[in-house]
Amino acid sequence: MADLYPIRVTVNGELHQCSVAPRTHLVDFVRDTLGLKGSHLGCEHGVCGACTVEFNGRTVRGCLTLAVQADGGTVNTIEGLSRTGVIRDLQDAFVQRNALQCGFCTSGMLMAAKELVEQRPDANRAEVREWISGNYCRCTGYHAIVDAICDVLQQRKAAAGRMEASS
Amino acid sequence: MKAAAFDYVKPRSIDQVISLLQEHGDDARLLAGGQSLLASLNMRLSEPRLLVDIGGLDALRGIGVQGGMLRIGALTTHTEIEGSALVAQHAPLLSAAAPHIAHRAIRNAGTWGGSIAHADASAEWPTCLLALGGAVVARGPKGERRIAADDFFQGLYATALAPDEVLVAGEVPLATPGAWFAFDELARRRGDYAIVGMALTGRRTAGVLADTRIVLMGVDSTPLRARKTEALLNGKVADEALAATAAASLRAEIDPLPDLTNSPETKRHLAGVLLQRLLNGTRA
Repeated sequence: MADLYPIRVTVNGELHQCSVAPRTHLVDFVRDTLGLKGSHLGCEHGVCGACTVEFNGRTVRGCLTLAVQADGGTVNTIEGLSRTGVIRDLQDAFVQRNALQCGFCTSGMLMAAKELVEQRPDANRAEVREWISGNYCRCTGYHAIVDAICDVLQQRKAAAGRMEASS
Repeated sequence: MKAAAFDYVKPRSIDQVISLLQEHGDDARLLAGGQSLLASLNMRLSEPRLLVDIGGLDALRGIGVQGGMLRIGALTTHTEIEGSALVAQHAPLLSAAAPHIAHRAIRNAGTWGGSIAHADASAEWPTCLLALGGAVVARGPKGERRIAADDFFQGLYATALAPDEVLVAGEVPLATPGAWFAFDELARRRGDYAIVGMALTGRRTAGVLADTRIVLMGVDSTPLRARKTEALLNGKVADEALAATAAASLRAEIDPLPDLTNSPETKRHLAGVLLQRLLNGTRA
């Protein structure tokens, strides 16, 4: 059996020092070691997107990242993003547009959506569809999810416009 | 599934990586972005005893112009290439191909060097490196050497890298005036591995093609150059008649391997479709 490996990783703003087996991937680590069950584990080979988390500011597949690789880094999960309120508008829009049913894909979908609205504020509907193509949803047929993300893109653009006008 | 147990080490220097490879041989695998490796470990298609994480070697990161070539460090991520102004200026083929690689979360972690060293015949970077006539920079116990892309891809996931060599960078020539390229893939869903993909490069002077390279992905055990059809295109003006002739030539030239859902005949047909589309779409 391989030795445990010590890591220091900041998760949702809190520093954790743990010892992990090298084969433990990031999602098993946050779910089982830290008890954060919001990130889900679907296919476990990088296809479904349910395990998407933020690592050093960018989305990654939690099943294709080892916990040992996160040593010295910063991880945000749906729990952290919910608490800080940075995706409140996305969460509201998902509810309003009925963009979730069983909810299994939702935390990963919100991670992808957050990166999209930050990185591609001018994305059109086709680009939204393309961006979330790495996150599978088996309930909604995607339409409502795309609607919700497009709503937020528009809201944020309008808010940015107002801020510019008042400055 | 969960990966089988392995040991893990994160070296601080390339020399340390090389000595670990010498010591452990086939039992060790290099971990870069891990987007192919960790999937194959999770599925237990591969069970190395030791992962050597090269992610801490900052010397392997970054994009720059050096000696008339665009040099891209092995650990540069797909996302960094996708967003790089230097790449857009000097190797626009790479900018066009990057969005086809899987999905954003995977492009954020996966690396240029990892993709080339893994040498998947359905992957974008090996195809582009070959289409651009680029080279791999490898570091081993005796120092650095360059391996031309034409000599690098040797078989199914097999490359010219020696067991104790590390791919440290990949280089492509700078785009010159008159250079042209085209890239596209046919896939069932965005981000899936292509059923067939294609990169075209060359020069075009007053519409006349020269130095054309046609590289196919997803049809053979390596990225595949269609040299006969390349020769047919050179010296001619690309018009619709030539595109049709070239598509027929390509279908006669290649002998595609099937995948789980697509027969050789389907791939042969689609390769011709792609070539015709790309030639017609990029005609001056």
